[in-house]
Amino acid sequence: MSNLVEVRNLRVNAKTDSGRTVEIIRNVSFDIAEGEIVALIGESGSGKTTIALTLMGYTRSGCRIVEGSVKLAGQEISALPERKRASKRGTEVSYVPQSAAASFNPAHRIMDQVIEVTKIHHLMPIEQAREKAVELFRGLALPDPDTIGDRYPHQVSGGQLQRLSAAMALIGDPKLVIFDEPTTALDVTTQVEVLRAFKSVMKKGAIAGVYVSHDLAVVAQIADRIIVLKNGEIQEVGLTTDIVQRPQHPYTRELLDAFEPAPRVPIAGGRNEPEAPLLVVKDIVAGYGKIGNARMPSLRVINKVSFELPRGKNLGIIGESGCGKSTLARVIAGILPAAQGQILFEGKPLDPDLRKRSRNELREIQIVFQSADTALNPAKSIADILARPLIFYHGIGGKQLEARVDHLLDMVRLPRALRYRRPGELSGGQKQRINLARALAADAKLILCDEITSALDTVVGAAIIELLKELQRELSLSYLFISHDLSTVRAICDEVAVMYAGEKIEQLNPDAMGGEASHPYSRLLFASVPKLDTGWLDSLEQDPALLQAYSRR
Amino acid sequence: MNSLILRLAAKRLVIAFLTLLFVAFTIFFATEMLPGDVAEVLLGQAATPEAVAGLRTAMNLDQPAFLRFIYWLGELFTGDFGVSYVNKLPIADLIGGRLANSLKLAGVTAVISVPIALALGITAAIKRGTLYDRIVSIFTISVISVPEFMVATIAVIVFAVYLGWLPALSMANEVTSIGGLLKAFAMPVITLSFVVSAQMIRMSRAAVLETLNTPYVEMALLKGASRRRMVLRHALPNALGPIVNAVALSLSYLLGGVIIVETIFNYPGIAKLMLDAVSTRDLPLIQSCAMIFCLAYLLLITIADLVAIISNPRLQ
Repeated sequence: MSNLVEVRNLRVNAKTDSGRTVEIIRNVSFDIAEGEIVALIGESGSGKTTIALTLMGYTRSGCRIVEGSVKLAGQEISALPERKRASKRGTEVSYVPQSAAASFNPAHRIMDQVIEVTKIHHLMPIEQAREKAVELFRGLALPDPDTIGDRYPHQVSGGQLQRLSAAMALIGDPKLVIFDEPTTALDVTTQVEVLRAFKSVMKKGAIAGVYVSHDLAVVAQIADRIIVLKNGEIQEVGLTTDIVQRPQHPYTRELLDAFEPAPRVPIAGGRNEPEAPLLVVKDIVAGYGKIGNARMPSLRVINKVSFELPRGKNLGIIGESGCGKSTLARVIAGILPAAQGQILFEGKPLDPDLRKRSRNELREIQIVFQSADTALNPAKSIADILARPLIFYHGIGGKQLEARVDHLLDMVRLPRALRYRRPGELSGGQKQRINLARALAADAKLILCDEITSALDTVVGAAIIELLKELQRELSLSYLFISHDLSTVRAICDEVAVMYAGEKIEQLNPDAMGGEASHPYSRLLFASVPKLDTGWLDSLEQDPALLQAYSRR
Repeated sequence: MNSLILRLAAKRLVIAFLTLLFVAFTIFFATEMLPGDVAEVLLGQAATPEAVAGLRTAMNLDQPAFLRFIYWLGELFTGDFGVSYVNKLPIADLIGGRLANSLKLAGVTAVISVPIALALGITAAIKRGTLYDRIVSIFTISVISVPEFMVATIAVIVFAVYLGWLPALSMANEVTSIGGLLKAFAMPVITLSFVVSAQMIRMSRAAVLETLNTPYVEMALLKGASRRRMVLRHALPNALGPIVNAVALSLSYLLGGVIIVETIFNYPGIAKLMLDAVSTRDLPLIQSCAMIFCLAYLLLITIADLVAIISNPRLQ
């Protein structure tokens, strides 16, 4: 009886909206020793969060444990009555959610929520709980530990909230903490700090942990052992170093391969004479709010950004959330007219406002949005969605239209039969392909890709990148590829522009990323990307002054 | 950040005021467009043209409509509602007693229906999917679908005719004892409560359900909170805005929309006064009643908006 957690033959079923029963966890067994951190890794839908939540005796609505046992400290948790289970939550096992921003109640102060566990379970007097919370804030390297609890959740940053939610999980002195993708929503530079803070408190208190993530590199920094899941089944279990360096199961290898996408091969071609660039952006200033005198918007999001994109080449735009990279795409597309500056497409100036551009100008620049879920009309069939730009831009109909839709589906490597379905019946990767096909339907020369792989699993995202490369070879497209993920950008772009706080800091060759010549912020950004190396986090040394200068947290 | 709250509140008040002005404009010119000449109607068929012309001058009817609108508006703001065309009594006096009656009825209905409706809505949300929830839902849907004259008529048949417990008519003016008050109010209040509660039950249930599905309520559950704590402490404060709005909307119905109930029970309220004014073409009375309904509605909606603004922690 040495293991803290013992899960045996766990099976969980879920009821779908249509009343069908689906097995989402099949025969899963594993142990967690005291003080050990075990990672559950897999793509979305692999059941990793569901398994983690069963350790708290909780299944989300519609899910049910049908078989198996979940023992916490020798006690069968799934057999306990709800009140007994509730009494363990927060005291024996606690939870750090994926999105702390959504998991803090906006109506209450942070401190009240952090110490709520002690109040619910009558652990200690309020004063003592507050002191303990401040202690934890300090341990998690939060700024102003004495007063940060008096604020409301919307008054602190995402990275801080994530650490505050760890404090919330630790206040009841649990034996096991469940981290559910706790850094997925964070920027890389923030992620480093949060991971460090988590790691140090967990090691100090010798607390056991379950770390749920899809990111192998992150998990490699914090976990002792890794469990690889797919479709609710365990594929491989092993020590972190073994999984990372000597993966046995083919699926694990696939995950590792997707982490390092195939390097970009520059397109060889007779590019002898220098051509006029496809897109030139000159000193663009854009933002929201009223445009005052001196043509300056009241809230400036993009400040004097300039770049050139040669025909048939790809430019990556990277930066953290809020740096203005998506806004830049919207400005080029004309959705948000620029307040100042000039956009030249094929040497001709484009009107900043989309409504004043000609239909042909609109056709040549297409945008693909991050979330295919919201970009595709759920009420229309795939054929309708793809037919719309074909009719709008090319005015074709009848047989020709049908044939073009089929052709587009072929181009994005989807079966033609999908044309009769609606977006809700497709997987995330398929939806993103449709999203891309819609841009291709216009016969665009330039496609603005706004974080198009960010919502996808690594393996699926890597396939989309491959598709983009193939399409580029066939159709001589250019991409403006916006992403926060450096490895994806490296996989497809010829040049990379780094943005910070609305300004373009520098433009460089992706192979030279992190090289000596880079700007300090770029260096910080590149260095913060987790590597598939268990010692990366511990050996990473960051200049605190640099971190201070470039953190707007 | 409190200046932000003040600014938003001030903005709401200004919008309410502008709406009121717009409604006044609409009411005035809508009644203006009614066919027929007031002076001719008042004097009857036997009137001489001279008499009609004299009356028109006396009533300022020969002046441009817009000017008369300004006069009327100015008088409204100074509290002078004008004189009834029909019985020459000041409208303020006519309305005064009736408004008090209507407010009494609305007040009693609100005091009874709001707590019951909110309690039913919130508990239905907590026990979502149970038999209790279904019973409450079926009840509210059936109440919404049954027209109020039906509810009122059935109430009269059951309580006044068949059981003989309550009088069929509500003579609020003759009430002297508490028992008498209960008797006079019972049936109109029951009927109105049915009508206004249904909306509040549905809206509060939906608002609480929505917040119960948020990650922060799941987080509270994973902190070991009881069902009760999850709802009262975590869900309810965030559902307050929509609930208050639903309550305000329902209550606003109690002043303007009670014509049927007041008529069936012959209750001397303001809605019935307006109905009578329409049948006698008493334009100033119609206009004043309409303005009062609009004012009450705006007042309730603005209060609801202010509560929603103040209860939003992001603005504090």
